[in-house]
Amino acid sequence: MSSVAANSLDPASAVLLEIRGVAKRFGAREVLRNISLNIAEGEFLALLGESGSGKTTLLRLVAGFEEPTAGEIWMSGERLDLLPPYRRRVNTVFQNYALFPHLSVRENVAYGLRVKKTAATEIDGRVDEALRMVKIEEFAAWRPSKLSGGQQQRVALARALVNRPRLLLLDEPLSALDANLRKQMQSELKALQREIGITFLFVTHDQEEAMALSDRIALLRDGALEQVASAREIYAHPATAYTARFIGQTNLLRGEILDGMARCGAIAWPSDDPGGAAIFSLRPEAIRLASDAVARPGTARFRAALEQQFFSGASELLEVNCSGQLLRVRVSARGPLSGEHEFVFSTADAIRVQE
Amino acid sequence: MYSKAYKKLVALPPLLWVGLFLLVPYALMLAHSFWAVHDGMLVRQPDLHNYVTLFSKPVYAAVLVRTMRIAAAVTLCSLLLGYPLAYYLSFHAGAPKELLYQLVIVPLWVSYLVRGYAWKTILGSEGVLNGFFEYLHLTHEPVAFLLYSPFAVVVMLTHIYTPFVFLPVYAALEHIPRGLVEASEDLGAGAAQTFLRVILPLSIPGLLAGATFAFVLSLGDFLAPLLVGGASGTMIANVVQSLFGAAYDWPLGAAISVGLLIITVSLLFLSERLEKRWRY
Amino acid sequence: MSGHSRSRRGAPLLVYAALVFVFIYLPVIVLILYSFNRDGVGGFPPRHLTLAWYRQLFADAPLWDAVLNSLKVAAGSVALSLTLGLLAALALDRASFPGKALFRRLVLLPLILPGIITGLSLLMFLVFVGAQLSLFTVFLGHGTALISVATTELFAGLQKLDRAQEEASLDLGATPWQTFWRVTVPNLKLSLIAAGLLIFTLSMDEIAVTFFLTGRDNTLPLEIWGRLRRGITPEINAVSALILAVSVALIVIWHRVRTRGLGADAPELLERP
Repeated sequence: MSSVAANSLDPASAVLLEIRGVAKRFGAREVLRNISLNIAEGEFLALLGESGSGKTTLLRLVAGFEEPTAGEIWMSGERLDLLPPYRRRVNTVFQNYALFPHLSVRENVAYGLRVKKTAATEIDGRVDEALRMVKIEEFAAWRPSKLSGGQQQRVALARALVNRPRLLLLDEPLSALDANLRKQMQSELKALQREIGITFLFVTHDQEEAMALSDRIALLRDGALEQVASAREIYAHPATAYTARFIGQTNLLRGEILDGMARCGAIAWPSDDPGGAAIFSLRPEAIRLASDAVARPGTARFRAALEQQFFSGASELLEVNCSGQLLRVRVSARGPLSGEHEFVFSTADAIRVQE
Repeated sequence: MYSKAYKKLVALPPLLWVGLFLLVPYALMLAHSFWAVHDGMLVRQPDLHNYVTLFSKPVYAAVLVRTMRIAAAVTLCSLLLGYPLAYYLSFHAGAPKELLYQLVIVPLWVSYLVRGYAWKTILGSEGVLNGFFEYLHLTHEPVAFLLYSPFAVVVMLTHIYTPFVFLPVYAALEHIPRGLVEASEDLGAGAAQTFLRVILPLSIPGLLAGATFAFVLSLGDFLAPLLVGGASGTMIANVVQSLFGAAYDWPLGAAISVGLLIITVSLLFLSERLEKRWRY
Repeated sequence: MSGHSRSRRGAPLLVYAALVFVFIYLPVIVLILYSFNRDGVGGFPPRHLTLAWYRQLFADAPLWDAVLNSLKVAAGSVALSLTLGLLAALALDRASFPGKALFRRLVLLPLILPGIITGLSLLMFLVFVGAQLSLFTVFLGHGTALISVATTELFAGLQKLDRAQEEASLDLGATPWQTFWRVTVPNLKLSLIAAGLLIFTLSMDEIAVTFFLTGRDNTLPLEIWGRLRRGITPEINAVSALILAVSVALIVIWHRVRTRGLGADAPELLERP
């Protein structure tokens, strides 16, 4: 889906934003710890995390609404964190849009240009262009309160983009929309970003949204970066148990590696990893019914009893019990099952993760 | 997000102003209460003699007790008028509720003096009420106690503070979720039970706020007694006012004012504490 | 069924509520009625209706001087207390400084303190610094005491203002100063108007503080007060009726402002003394 699928920054693209060792505390509460993150020119980066993980605070530090307790933020070789918000070439789409209720849609969009004393004719042209870009020309004279959530969202986008920021910050911009509208806005947002080429820093708690939209995901956990990588990379090679669980569904197998064998309960397979206690992440779709699979080297098998079966169209999710260990298995739809079955997975799909 | 300079600059002017024109004057009032007047001259030698006078001469205690009784009567009457009115509007008035609400508010904007004056013309011995009684042949002599009596003070102040009691009570009643009333009825409570066990307890913060307001402001009123109270309706603030005027004993007047201030502030404090206990 | 029984239960309450309304409005009605009564302010029923008292009123030069004085004081008080009240509300809403809680209580104190205490303490201060009592000292008293009203009202307005509004403005490149005038003030417009009207009315009507701070020039309430002591004529009813008319006009304006805007926030001022 995405063209930039790099674990780290593509060396060819220039770094736009550099966050260097940033920390933020509110009184005794440590909200962000030692955050270092680079964002490339033209990149779409999703800042993903649960509520309270510090993602909005990090966004506000970049916007300039908060000052970091430690660390620095640089943009294109210029120190950013010392500038007040109105001197940063960064604009924000706020979570609840924060449209000015006393101004019309057009005046809202023109606001940033007007306060910077842009010539009136230029304002008109750029505002028209921005309104057209997000398809809300016909509502230009309306007050924001008369618009639907989706339309307000578009105004908020236009209001930010008309200033031609180097970096656009989006704070859970889709969270107030219902599911269908959300999907539609996601695809429009993605298309818009490709078209105008502005760097997006997108805060969300929705992992599906992050995976669908972004070039890379930065996963925050309790104020620290857990993993930064492309969605595919994170999904295929989660670094930690937390990441594995947060991004997509997974089975966490806990056990140990001893004498070249990994043992997790009743399931065992050969492994050359260093010995000791180990956790493996095994995605439900990596497990198959043994009857489907051809016996191959590098696979492991186990027998498990079916406990529950959830049908979801093209596929079904099975909950199976392997000697007391509960596992989830995703198989293609095949009608009701019962009793004990044999399952198989490729041992390369069992990814060893940190706690 | 606000810069430190902004935060400082914004607080400074009101801080200075309030310090100079509120805090310093209050402090000066306190200082005066320890000073004395000899031969019409202010003597700035602090002692406690003003407070000794207040506690040793029974006349001050007597006026204070009368003032408290008048303020209590005003509070009670305002509650008796204001609470049922608020209850009626909130729960039974139906569609004209908003209009009726506005009608209760309107008198709040009408001059205090104008309203006091109106009562003077109504209650006077040649006033409207006496004229009305004679017109109906109920009386042949004017009923004299109506004006220039504690009664007149209570009537006038009740008239002024009823809307003040009404407002917070009404607000409290409006905040009661209607589902609670239905739940109470559903559980078998009748109207009276529902009122006593659900509505009244939940409206207590509003009731306390209104009652405190009526009591505290009545306590320090000196205009109503001058206007309609007569000699028998004299209140503590009148004593202060005459000490600052004809009697020229500012220090003693200041001492009474300080006492009034202490009573007022402790009542407010108490009411705030009580209100917190009744908030859920 | 239940609605029916409820309304029947409400019948005595309805009568009671009606009587309370009579009590609230009786003085006002009597006052207006007798302003047209040729034979003075007493007796019943009023007869020989006349406009003579109003004619007398319009020719009454000292009274109009007093009105003018009151207008000056009220206008000054509105300007002073709105300015300081806005700053105080901003400070309470977003600054943190030592003694903030005390500051809040101090600013709001005149709202609930008997006027005599505010008036007398200021009198002592003015005498202490050797100031001459005049309309200016009255204005000083009103302006200071009414900061409480402005602060309460504007603080409530600020609390309703979404912080993100101001952040959005800064984010779009507006300086704090531009943000204040383009976003904060327009959002507070309703609160500012409501507070202004309220302060104006309260100042026009103020008597307890004025009583102690006035010099040779009378304000309107003090002029009326002086005449009340000399004996009463329906001319005072006529003045009162006019004051009433102005008050009602202000209420209507205020109501318009409120219903045009977002919320019924002004009564909150009175909900908590």
